[in-house]
Amino acid sequence: MEDTIAAIATAYGTGAISIIRVSGEDAILKVNAIFNGKDLENVSTHTIHYGHIVENNELIDEVLVSVMKKPKTFTMEDVVEINCHGGMATTKKVLELLLKNGIRLAEPGEFTKRAFLNGRIDLLEAESVMDVISAKTESTRKIALNQLTGKVSSLIHNLRKKIIEILANIEVNIDYPEYEDIEEMTIEMMKPRIDEIEKEIRNILKESENGKLLKEGIKTSIIGRPNVGKSSLLNALLEEEKAIVTEIEGTTRDTVEGSIVIDGILLNIIDTAGIRATEDLVEKIGVEKSRKLIEESELILYVLNQNQSLNKEDIEIINQLKHKNHILIINKTDLQSVIDVSSYEKEHPIVYMSTLKNEGIEELKEKIKEIFHLNQIENQDFTYLTNARSIAILKNVLESIEEIKNGIEQNQPIDLLEIDLKEVWNLLGEIIGETYQDELIDQLFSQFCLGK
Amino acid sequence: MQYDIIVVGGGHAGCEACLASARMGNNTLLITGNIKNIADMPCNPSIGGSAKGIVVREIDALGGEMGKNADKSQIQIKMLNYKKGPAIQALRAQADKITYPQEMWKTMCNTQNLTIQEGMVEGLIVENGKILGITLEDGTEINAKAVILTTGTYMKADILVGDTRHREGPHGEKPCNYLSENLEQLGFQIKRLKTGTPQRIDKNSIDFSKTKIEYGDSVYRTFSFDNEPNYKIENQVPCHLIYTNEKTHQIIKENLNKSSMYGGLDDIKGIGPRYCPSIEDKVVRFHEKERHQLFLEPESLYYDDIYIQGFSTSMPHDIQELMVHSLEGLENAKILKYAYAIEYDAIYPTQLKQTLETKLVENLYTAGQINGTSGYEEAACQGLLAGINASLKINGKEPLILKRDDAYIGVLIDDLVTKGIRDPYRLLTSRAEYRLLLRHDNADLRLREYGYQVGLISEEQHNRLIDKKQKIEELKQYLMERKITPTTETNEYLSSIPTAMLQDGITLYQLLKRPEIKMEHIEHFYEIPYSEEIKEQVVIFIKYEGYIVKAQKEAEKMKRLEDKKIPDNIDYDKIPNIASEARQKLKEVNPTSIGQALRISGVNPADISILMVYLKKENSHVNRGI
Repeated sequence: MEDTIAAIATAYGTGAISIIRVSGEDAILKVNAIFNGKDLENVSTHTIHYGHIVENNELIDEVLVSVMKKPKTFTMEDVVEINCHGGMATTKKVLELLLKNGIRLAEPGEFTKRAFLNGRIDLLEAESVMDVISAKTESTRKIALNQLTGKVSSLIHNLRKKIIEILANIEVNIDYPEYEDIEEMTIEMMKPRIDEIEKEIRNILKESENGKLLKEGIKTSIIGRPNVGKSSLLNALLEEEKAIVTEIEGTTRDTVEGSIVIDGILLNIIDTAGIRATEDLVEKIGVEKSRKLIEESELILYVLNQNQSLNKEDIEIINQLKHKNHILIINKTDLQSVIDVSSYEKEHPIVYMSTLKNEGIEELKEKIKEIFHLNQIENQDFTYLTNARSIAILKNVLESIEEIKNGIEQNQPIDLLEIDLKEVWNLLGEIIGETYQDELIDQLFSQFCLGK
Repeated sequence: MQYDIIVVGGGHAGCEACLASARMGNNTLLITGNIKNIADMPCNPSIGGSAKGIVVREIDALGGEMGKNADKSQIQIKMLNYKKGPAIQALRAQADKITYPQEMWKTMCNTQNLTIQEGMVEGLIVENGKILGITLEDGTEINAKAVILTTGTYMKADILVGDTRHREGPHGEKPCNYLSENLEQLGFQIKRLKTGTPQRIDKNSIDFSKTKIEYGDSVYRTFSFDNEPNYKIENQVPCHLIYTNEKTHQIIKENLNKSSMYGGLDDIKGIGPRYCPSIEDKVVRFHEKERHQLFLEPESLYYDDIYIQGFSTSMPHDIQELMVHSLEGLENAKILKYAYAIEYDAIYPTQLKQTLETKLVENLYTAGQINGTSGYEEAACQGLLAGINASLKINGKEPLILKRDDAYIGVLIDDLVTKGIRDPYRLLTSRAEYRLLLRHDNADLRLREYGYQVGLISEEQHNRLIDKKQKIEELKQYLMERKITPTTETNEYLSSIPTAMLQDGITLYQLLKRPEIKMEHIEHFYEIPYSEEIKEQVVIFIKYEGYIVKAQKEAEKMKRLEDKKIPDNIDYDKIPNIASEARQKLKEVNPTSIGQALRISGVNPADISILMVYLKKENSHVNRGI
């Protein structure tokens, strides 16, 4: 009944091998038709076979073909994966050949959609697949993988279980009011349990926000007076890590100069246009504009020259930084120390470095990790939600919990408190796709990139 | 012979069905096996209770009879959950088992258009998928435009005691042997269900000094919105609380194999009610419990039977003797009637439409235990709705379908036809999502208008409703317009309540929002020239406004899903990717809306998404003329 779909499952343009994934009723039959090697229709499931893709006796590519029969596959349908070795052009040709043979090109996210619809994964896991695909760093990949294996799902499941126990107790009291043998759920009994649930949700949420930073990258700006070494710092970071500097697609409104991965942490350097061209950013854009830049950033690296004393503008900007994640970088430690930052040491993280001598980069990295509690996270399991939708729902959950606590405060009848508790239960269900939400799923799957 | 509507069975569903039908102007026939058993209460001697009490008020609001009849025959009445929130309060009355049927019989005899006849219906006359009438045991045929089956537990009834089984209805009445086969031939799926009833004890043989006494309320209460209280508080008859003990449990455990359900009989197919288990069940399932509560309830002022609520069993008589005598206060008790279980045929209720008309046979309706429910109130409300809808149908009018946020009755019927049943269905407050909206106190505000539209509520009753609604709004306005200011005197009074003193002036409306403030405190400042009934409504509204608004929003959300209609002729086999269990369930229930489809167990959100995508595609095809 379901038609057979195919798409290139690996990223375009990278890697020596690219994989075409085929899923559906006719997957094995259709691949077999263009495959020169073993008869794929008669091989056991979950086996790999060497052979060639041919069209009218013309050899297209030398391939390895994995045959996986339903239901133990990603989509729970018959799946064939063709490992092409001949580069992107050849891979495309193989795909075209499949399409010519009556297989349909998969829509974006369709494999995952089928996995979800066939009950292989829940909604949260489906979202994670997308995260794995687009994970830019090692840290985010770990988080995404954990969601995929259902760790977050089970966390949410447990929370829901705790809630349903309270709900059931309340219900039984209502329906059997004269049965003294059944323990009565009172406000006093409910309060500590609600507090515990709240604590767990706050924990997930707090770590999730760090997780979100990890996944989406930290919006970072490097600012400072002329000639303090901003571009040297940027270059040093780039040099050090031989990092990817790529244009970020038009998905973000920020002008991003480049993304730097430091020890698995993604820094998106924003609005640094001109840093490399001119050295006088602060003078050009003035304190007023720096303020705007500071507001937009999640991390500000404010660079100072050890050989110069602080001026009025420096002091004004440093004061603005108080409420943001920031690091004061005292550069040019190879020169004589003139600067006096002793009064700032308490409230501001400071790193001394010499970009010229390539000193202090490690300290800077450590400082960044410290600010975002990344060491802490890395040592723990990555059980955090990284998806904006889930985080938004959790925030609603907290609102409902707040309502419950208000109700407890006002000594409201327990069956009314239950209204908000049910809402919490429903909302948590939405995160793992157990509560139905209008058209959510289609919207969700349209976000997926092609082929997974 | 030709009638408009025939009702088969004179239990609680049948009574409401034939009264509604006759009162709506249809020439109505009630056929019952034994006229003496009309509106009989073969099990517990009470009407109402948690959730059920709200249903009784809903029946009354719609123009049904149960509430009025219970008011005439109650010997004790009580508001349950009185100290809890307003949403879950419900009335329960001990109804006199002699008076209740008598009063109902009187009402029926005084109803125009209603004929009552004794007889056993054993066949249905169906042509081209439409009901034409019924056949009696003796072969007599009676024609009608619509037929309502309210056969209760009588279809192929078997009484089970210990290791014996014999075919008979409650009270040794004749069962109805061929009707369920007839239904099966028509294509209905039949399900075997089971229920039980406890012993009746001679009042004079009980030592009540060893029991805990349970009184009725000390304020006057009525089920009906139209009745004034017609009893004396001090004349109410009390109930008594006792407990099972270790000895009782020991006797049950030792003799489990003699209970019909636990091995005494090995051919039991019927599934018993989860929410009303037998004492054997309770002792086995909750083996860690040292005791279980039992209530001794008087059946009538006119005879001495005491009903042991919570002690239903299908043990043989000798074991029952031991069990009863192990109870404190019942050491020398005389058993007047032994407990028994009854097994009977019901139909799968997913074979019904929301109107309670069967999908298979046009103009054939079913209501009550035949649809797999348990309880007098559950039966009565279905009877009422079946009566109303059969009448509307044959008179070419739109049906009355109560939604889940309209009434518990709506919840019950939707549950039956959407989810089906596994064991006898009992209404519970937890089955209602929007129970803050479905309160016992506002049943008239919710439903009287419907009752008026179908013709069961009189002009006069309707005018009273309009007046009540108006007064409620007036009083809210009144409280909003009047303020108190932080004078010394005012603050002294407030702190004596105690509640926070005022800094600025506030309206009475705002003051009443404080949880600790009652209407009587407000009356310290201003006279409130409205009846208690009006005050109650306004207090509930003001105090719980935040929660009520929330519940309304939730109900609104559901309504949007209810409004997404699924065409009647949809072919679920044509929709790719739906899980096979969901496909089968969707075909079985044939839901009318996405909202209903979502409530079918075994249909997952993912299936609904696929269904919605399919419907959207179909629509766009239609729009593009494909």
